[in-house]
Amino acid sequence: MSAQLVVEQATKRFGGVVANDSISIEVPQGSIVGLIGPNGSGKTTLFNSIVGYHALDSGSIRFEGQEITSLRVPEIARLGLLRTFQQTRIYGKMTCMENMAASDGECGRGIFDLLRPVSAETRENAEALLEFCGLHSKRHLRAGDLSFGQQKLLEFAMALMAKPSMLLLDEPTAGINPTLINGLIERLKRANQDLGITLLVIEHNMRVIMNLAEHIYCLAHGELLAAGSPEDIRNDKRVIDAYLGAH
Amino acid sequence: MNGRKQTLLAIVIALVAIALPLVTPDYRAQIALLWVMVLFAMTWDILGGQTGYNSFGNVVFFGIGMYASAVVQRDSGLDYFVALFLGMGLGGLIAVAVAAILGSMVLRMRGHYFAIATLGLGIAAAELAAGWEFIGAGSGMTTPLYPGDPGVQYLFFCYLFFALTAVVFCLLAWLYRTRFGLALNAIRDNEDKAEAMGLRTGLYKTVAWMIAAFFLGLTGGAVGNLLRFVDPRDTAFAGATYGVWMVLMAILGGKGTLWGPVLGAVVFHVTQELLWTHLLGWQRVALGLIIVAIVVFFPQGILGWARERWPERFGHKVEAS
Amino acid sequence: MADNLQLLFDAPLLIVQLLLDGILIGAIFAVAAYGMALVWGVMNVINVVQGEYVMLGGFIAFQLTLWDINPFLGVPVAAVILFVLGIAIYYGIIRRVVDKDLFISLLATFGLSILMQQLMNQIWGSQVRTAQSGLSTWFLFDYQVTVSQVKLVAFAGALMIGVLLILFLKRTRLGQAIRATAQNPRAARVLGIDTDRVFAATYGINAALCGAAGAFVVMAYSVHPYTGLPYTVRSFMIVVVAGLGNLPAVILAGLGLGASETMAGFILGVQFQVAFVFCLLVIILVFRNTMLGRKRRYLK
Repeated sequence: MSAQLVVEQATKRFGGVVANDSISIEVPQGSIVGLIGPNGSGKTTLFNSIVGYHALDSGSIRFEGQEITSLRVPEIARLGLLRTFQQTRIYGKMTCMENMAASDGECGRGIFDLLRPVSAETRENAEALLEFCGLHSKRHLRAGDLSFGQQKLLEFAMALMAKPSMLLLDEPTAGINPTLINGLIERLKRANQDLGITLLVIEHNMRVIMNLAEHIYCLAHGELLAAGSPEDIRNDKRVIDAYLGAH
Repeated sequence: MNGRKQTLLAIVIALVAIALPLVTPDYRAQIALLWVMVLFAMTWDILGGQTGYNSFGNVVFFGIGMYASAVVQRDSGLDYFVALFLGMGLGGLIAVAVAAILGSMVLRMRGHYFAIATLGLGIAAAELAAGWEFIGAGSGMTTPLYPGDPGVQYLFFCYLFFALTAVVFCLLAWLYRTRFGLALNAIRDNEDKAEAMGLRTGLYKTVAWMIAAFFLGLTGGAVGNLLRFVDPRDTAFAGATYGVWMVLMAILGGKGTLWGPVLGAVVFHVTQELLWTHLLGWQRVALGLIIVAIVVFFPQGILGWARERWPERFGHKVEAS
Repeated sequence: MADNLQLLFDAPLLIVQLLLDGILIGAIFAVAAYGMALVWGVMNVINVVQGEYVMLGGFIAFQLTLWDINPFLGVPVAAVILFVLGIAIYYGIIRRVVDKDLFISLLATFGLSILMQQLMNQIWGSQVRTAQSGLSTWFLFDYQVTVSQVKLVAFAGALMIGVLLILFLKRTRLGQAIRATAQNPRAARVLGIDTDRVFAATYGINAALCGAAGAFVVMAYSVHPYTGLPYTVRSFMIVVVAGLGNLPAVILAGLGLGASETMAGFILGVQFQVAFVFCLLVIILVFRNTMLGRKRRYLK
C-alpha cells in the first residue's frame, strides 16, 4: 500500500494563533484513517487546508503523487478528493434525485459535456446509492425538507455519487440518532471495501472511530500528539490527558 | 403538470399566439410588446432565477442590441429586412461578448454586491451612451420606417417576437432538463457546496449570462424598430422601467421555474396595459407600490405559491419503496 | 478632454478650486453614507431609497423658502420630518422584509425609491430646484478661486452632524442598544433589547441624516426628483470602501469621492460625471472582489 495522501509539515496560522503546527500525516490507499482531538485542536483547519479552502503558511500536501498545495477547492475536488461538511451542505430547494444528479462526477467537466439530459444510467446509479443510504423512499422530496440526520446521509450519498477516490468526512455521526450510528458505520465500511474509497474521518465519538479506523492521528493544540492503531491510541496517556483537559 | 400536459399547453398557447393578432388587429402593437415582456422575464430568469444571481443590469444587453441594429440600419445602406436581421445578429453577438467580459468581472461577487454592481452597469451604460456622439448622444437615434402598411408592420413584429419567444422557451425547456440546468440550480442553492463538489461555477454562471445576453441582444435589435426610437435612458438602457420589470415579472410568476416568468410577464403586461393609461403621471408610483407589494407579500410568486399549496402536483412526494 | 487637461496645467489654481469644491460636497456625501452604514450594519438592509430621502430633505428646505422661511431652518425641519417618515416606512414596509433574503429588502427599497421619485415629481415638478441661502461668496487669489460661504457652512454642518452622531451612539442608552444590536441582534434580543424598536430608531435616524444632508444640498447645489440614485450609489461606494461603523474612514472616503468626482467631471465633461460615478462603483466592487479573492489564493 502506497500513501495516497501525504501531508508534510503543514503549518497554518490565523493571526497569532497557530492552528496547525507542522503536522505530517499519511493516508494509505484504500484505508480508513481517523483524525481525533479535542475541540479547537485544529482538525477542521487541517481538512480545510487539504481540500484547498485556505493557503498553508508552510508545508506541502500531495495527493496521488501530485502536488496539490496550491490548487483550489474545485480543482482538488475534480482530482477525486472530496469532503463533507460538519454542518451539512446540500442543495435545499432541489429534490434528492436532483441533488444526486447534480453531484454526478461528470458535472465537473466542460460545458458541452453537460448539455445532455440526465442519463438513465445516472438515474439508476443515484437510486441505488439512495437505497444504500436508506433514502430511496424520500427521493422525490425537497432535500431541504429532510431531517438533519437524513440530510447528512444525503450528503454522504452525493459524495459517493461523484465517485471520489478519497473522501474526507467531517464528523459524520454528529447529530445523528444513536440508533442509526451502527448502520452508518456499516455503510462507511462498505463504501471503503466495495467501492474502494479511501476515508479520512474526523470523529468525536470514540466508539465509532475505534470501530472504524485502522490508523488514528490525534491532534491537540494544533500539534500532532499521537499516532497509531486504535489500540495504541486508546492506551496512550497523552491522548487521555488531552481529552480530560490535563494539559 | 407532467411533460405531456405541458407540451399540450405550449401548443395551445402557440396556436392562440398565431391566431390572436389576426383576430384583433387593433392590439397588434400590445401583443408584440407582450412577447417582448415574456422574453425579458425568461432571459432574466436564466441567471436570476436559476442561479440566484439577481441582475439589475440585463438592460445593458438589450440596449446594445438596440443600438447595434440602429447603427447597421443607418450606415449599411442595405434593404430594411436584411439590415434589421443583420443588426439583430450583430447586436446578439456583441451582447454575448460583453456578457463574457462583464461576467468574468462581476459574477464572482456574491449576493447584494452583484445586484448593486449590475445596477451600476445599467446606469453607466445609459450615461455613456448619452455622451457618445456616434450613436446620437443624449438625443438618441431613430430607426428607419417599415417598408409597408403600419398594420402589417405590427403583424410582422408580433410574429417575429413570438418566434423568438418560442425558440427561447424551447431552448430553456431543454436546457433546464440537462445537467447544466442542475448545475445552475446547485449554484443557487449552495455555491460553496457546488465548488466543493468540483463544479466549474464561474464558467456556468458566465455561460448562463451569455445565453441571456444573446437573446436580449436579438430582442433589443428588433424592439428599436418597433418603437422607432432609441433613447439612451428611456428605451435602450432603461434600468428604472425595463430593467426592474424583468426582475419583477420573473418574481411575480415564480423565479427559478420554466413557466413562472412567462406567467408573470403575461399578468404584468395585461395589468399594465389595462391600468397604465389611466395612471398618467402616477405610473412610477404605481410601479413602486406593485414592487413593494409583491416582494413584501408575495415573494415566492404565483408558481412558488402553488408549489407550496400542492407539493404533490410538482412531484414532491414520499414513495413506498 | 485633452483641452481640459491642458487647462489644468495652465491654471494650477483651478485644481485648488476643483479639490475645494469636491471636498466641500464630499462631507455631505459622508453624512448620507454614514446613515447607510448604520442601517446596513444594524439591520442588514441596503437602503436603495437613500438618495430619495436626500432629495426629499432638499425639497422640504426649498418649500420653506417658498414660504419666506430661511432655508437653514430646513436642516432641522427636514431631519424631523424625515425621521417621522422613516419610522413610518419602517413599520409599514421595512419591518416585513428585514429578516428576509437580502435581495428582497434591496428590491423593496428600490420600489420605494421609484415611488418617491415620481411623488416628488408630482409635488414639486421636474425642474432643478435650489434654495437661496442669502450668503455670499468669497474670492481668493485675485478672483481665481471662489468659495461659496454656504458650501463652507454645509461642510461644517456635516462635520457637526457626524460629531453629534458619535456622541449619541456612545453616550445614550438608545445609542448603546443600536451598537449592541449591530454586533449581534440575537444576543441583543436575548438580553432584553427590543430590537424592533432599535431597528425603527435606526431607520428613522438614517432618514433624518439624509434629510439634513438634503437641506444642505439644496442650498449649496441643487435637487431634482430623479437624481436621488447617484446619492444612493455614492453612499454605497463610501461604505464599501470605508467599512461599516468607522466614521472617520467614512468622512475621508466621502471627501475623496467628492474630490475625484469633481475632477473627473471637469476633465471628462459634465455630461460624463454621472457615468463616472457609476463606472467608479463597478470598478470599486470589482477591485474589492479581487482583493478578497487574493486573500483566499495560495501564497506559493
